Amino acid sequence: MNDLLEVEEIETVFRTERGEVTSVDGVSFRLKAGETLGIVGESGCGKSVTSLSIMSLLGKNGSIRRGEIRLNGRKITGLAESAMRRIRGSEVSMIFQDPMTSLNPVFTIGSQLIESISLHLKLKNRQARDHAIDMLRKVGISRPEEIMDEYPHKLSGGMRQRVMIAIALSCKPKLLIADEPTTALDVTIQAQILDLMKKLREETGTAIMLITHDLGVVAEMADRVIVMYAGQVVEEADVFTLFDKPLHPYTIGLMSSIPHLDADDDETLASIPGTVPPLQNMPSGCRFHTRCPLAREKCSALAPPLLEMAEGHRVRCWAAQGDMEGYETQAKGEFL
Amino acid sequence: MLTYIVRRLLIFVPVLLGITIINFIIVNMAPGNPVDMYIDPNMSPEIIEAKKEALGLNDPLIVQYVKWLGTLLTGDLGYSMSSYAPVAQLVGERIMPTVTLGLAALVLALLIAVPLGILSALKQNTKIDYFVTGLSFIGTSIPNFFLGLALIYIFAVNLGVLPTGGMQQLGGDGGMWDRVRHMILPAIVLATAIAGRKVRYVRASMLDVLKQDYLRTARSKGVHEFWVTNKHALRNALLPVITVVGLEIPILLGGAIITEQIFQWPGIGQLTLQSMMSRDYPTIMALNLIAAIAVLGANLLTDILYSAADPRIKVG
Amino acid sequence: MIEFDSSVLERPQPETASTLLQLNGLKTHYPIRKGLLGRVRGHVKAVDGVSLDIREGETLGLVGESGCGKSTIGRTILRLEQSTGGQILYKGEDITRYSTPKMRPLRTEMQMIFQDPFSSLNPWMRVKDILKEPMLAHGKATASTADAEVDRLLDAVGIPRSYKDRYVHEFSGGQRQRIGIARALSLNPKFIVCDEPVSALDVSIQAQVLNLLKELQKELGLTYLFIAHGLGAVKYISTRIAVMYLGKVVEIGTKDEIFRNPKHPYTRILLNAYPVPNPHLRGREKIVVQGDVPSPANPPSGCRFHTRCPFAQELCRQEEPPLAADGTNGGHAAACHFTL
Repeated sequence: MNDLLEVEEIETVFRTERGEVTSVDGVSFRLKAGETLGIVGESGCGKSVTSLSIMSLLGKNGSIRRGEIRLNGRKITGLAESAMRRIRGSEVSMIFQDPMTSLNPVFTIGSQLIESISLHLKLKNRQARDHAIDMLRKVGISRPEEIMDEYPHKLSGGMRQRVMIAIALSCKPKLLIADEPTTALDVTIQAQILDLMKKLREETGTAIMLITHDLGVVAEMADRVIVMYAGQVVEEADVFTLFDKPLHPYTIGLMSSIPHLDADDDETLASIPGTVPPLQNMPSGCRFHTRCPLAREKCSALAPPLLEMAEGHRVRCWAAQGDMEGYETQAKGEFL
Repeated sequence: MLTYIVRRLLIFVPVLLGITIINFIIVNMAPGNPVDMYIDPNMSPEIIEAKKEALGLNDPLIVQYVKWLGTLLTGDLGYSMSSYAPVAQLVGERIMPTVTLGLAALVLALLIAVPLGILSALKQNTKIDYFVTGLSFIGTSIPNFFLGLALIYIFAVNLGVLPTGGMQQLGGDGGMWDRVRHMILPAIVLATAIAGRKVRYVRASMLDVLKQDYLRTARSKGVHEFWVTNKHALRNALLPVITVVGLEIPILLGGAIITEQIFQWPGIGQLTLQSMMSRDYPTIMALNLIAAIAVLGANLLTDILYSAADPRIKVG
Repeated sequence: MIEFDSSVLERPQPETASTLLQLNGLKTHYPIRKGLLGRVRGHVKAVDGVSLDIREGETLGLVGESGCGKSTIGRTILRLEQSTGGQILYKGEDITRYSTPKMRPLRTEMQMIFQDPFSSLNPWMRVKDILKEPMLAHGKATASTADAEVDRLLDAVGIPRSYKDRYVHEFSGGQRQRIGIARALSLNPKFIVCDEPVSALDVSIQAQVLNLLKELQKELGLTYLFIAHGLGAVKYISTRIAVMYLGKVVEIGTKDEIFRNPKHPYTRILLNAYPVPNPHLRGREKIVVQGDVPSPANPPSGCRFHTRCPFAQELCRQEEPPLAADGTNGGHAAACHFTL
């Protein structure tokens, strides 16, 4: 039995004026049907490019140089554009960060919904419209008949994100890729959207790939989490293990640098020194060694592999993989 | 919407009044007058003076203007001072040829500019893009009269496939095809400059739209790239183009003066030149008034079209 | 007349008690112009009667969702927007209607740090010139001392001195924000409005900048108005917090009072809606409010939150609850008829 999505060692590169850059370097993960996978990382870590690689929406300058992506056991890397189009919006669909710019301003909500419905479900006029209205109702939009004929600018950010979700789920996809779906929204609206996503996930059984920089959102939503840094997966675990027992110094640093609402704030907040290295100029060895408090010679010389340390818990760090005494407390201590 | 249009039309009245006043002053400031322009050297000064008196040219400027305005308000454009024909009739005969030619040029220009601009944007920084951009540069910078003469030389004189000028064959049937044949060259001349400017505008607008998030949304829905471009992107890219097409109307009228002269096209442009040469004040004033109405009307139409095309803009 | 307030005794008093800045019923309304003649058809009530005080050396956090008016308050205090009502008192002096020349000396004392350091720093200037310009303009340095001052500022914000000849685009987001902070510090200000200073930054960089702001405050005795929508950052840096909704302060108190014992339903909902980075708490009871924030051009009658408040009653629809008086003198107060 295959997993719903299998991503194997993909490497995604972009041609730029200053030569080729590798945005995603050897990323592998699997996603079971109905599962929610969180992908966490900072800007430039390759989390969005990973999702666009799956959709094969890398634009003119991007391409997957090696590796394989399988959807339901079927290889979709290297698939013809026409076959890929049949997958997009029907088997795999996507919602994006900024609901204000993700909808086309000159078409009505209805026509943008019906577009994908008639494309994939082959429903005709009346039926397509009914299905669209039904979807709007499902995402909690009151007066769906009226909203059908409205243009996006009449709707608030939260409403637009609901519409985006309605479009994405209208053809019953098996996988929904949500790229920072609540980042642009206010806290109370974020709570509404996360709530809605949970509800719909239960109703439809859709698997979700949730890309975010917000550990709070991941803790709220994900079953399993992948942490990415500089184009690579550095840690993978189920959500409880990851938050209870993070192994990679980057994950630990990330977690201790968010101010907790229930913490005592008189101490200095932990922070990861330095900045993310530019894609054109990746450090040798472990990519995190330039910012890692535990880094030693080996780290700058040799790139660590991603190894499974416990059932389903993979980490890319020499220190975490070695038998370093009291490593975890040391890692935490270094950041404080 | 209707109240908006009515309100805009009401503003037209003072604006037009202002334009006619300024025009009247400028026209009268030009040296010479209608009588001077066709006097026979043998005419006695008394006769000349009597002629001027009869035409009211000796009245103070303000009196002349008020008289002109008075007759205008009765719906009368007055009589030409050179041909003595009613101005309304002179203008009436010539307005349709110019409108037809102008529209043909505008449509032709857009038919060239929109596809080329989009192609250029889609192929940004490729040889095709450079070629189209270069072409638009030539189109913008080539002078009307030069292009006109060159086309006449090639197609009428050398190849003999198209007429050198006029609107229909002498003694011909004046049918549809005959008129179209006569319109081809002047329309191309007028369209060239417009198309040159519009290509670059469409290209810039399209490049801007191609970066928008909603195109990624459309692609992620599985929409064919052809429709991503020609439905989702195109409609947005053409919105700003509507505005600048409206701005072409005055330029078109200006360009018509030279082009109609070259191709002997019996339109407003030709009449403008003739009446200016003969200082035919009533005709010049009437033509100016028509030009002003055309420009104001084009602006209003632009605003209405824009609000119809872009749901975010509501006039009123 | 100073009335004795018995609750003062129960509250821990901050060491620095002198008020640096005081807002009395501050209003900033923007006219909505419509039609041919631009007749005013209404007002966007961005800030609509805000009273609060900021004491020397403290950080007052200002939180709320977009459109609540928190950024407008900051801009109005610095006179980047003109207030339409109420008073701004700086060191006891009413500066609300100060003329531009009269504001000039105060401009050096009050500075601002913006959300997007990239668009607020001139891309055509080298870092050293960005920092020198205000010092030279205000006579805080001469051509001969300015270079040393630039070095001092770069040291203070943790940017290597050798970078001073670079342009803004050569820096990362976090470094740019450090430069923005250095520029704000260049005039030795007393009071800094920090308008969403970390919202555009990556998580690991946010912590760096927050720590820097805290250190600088301790060293230089700065007073901050810290505007943000991220509750974590606000809690970490603030002494006291004011929560805003639709142009009004709905609750104000020390950070512990706000976070441990929120009185206003909106505060509670805001805290509750914040996703907690702890998966064990995901099943917790949550109040999710329905609907969107109403338009500030046409705020609801009575309590402005009543349209979304799960506890709203008839009284809330009719009467606007006042913010109790102790809200402006350091106490914990909520503008709610039925405080929790």
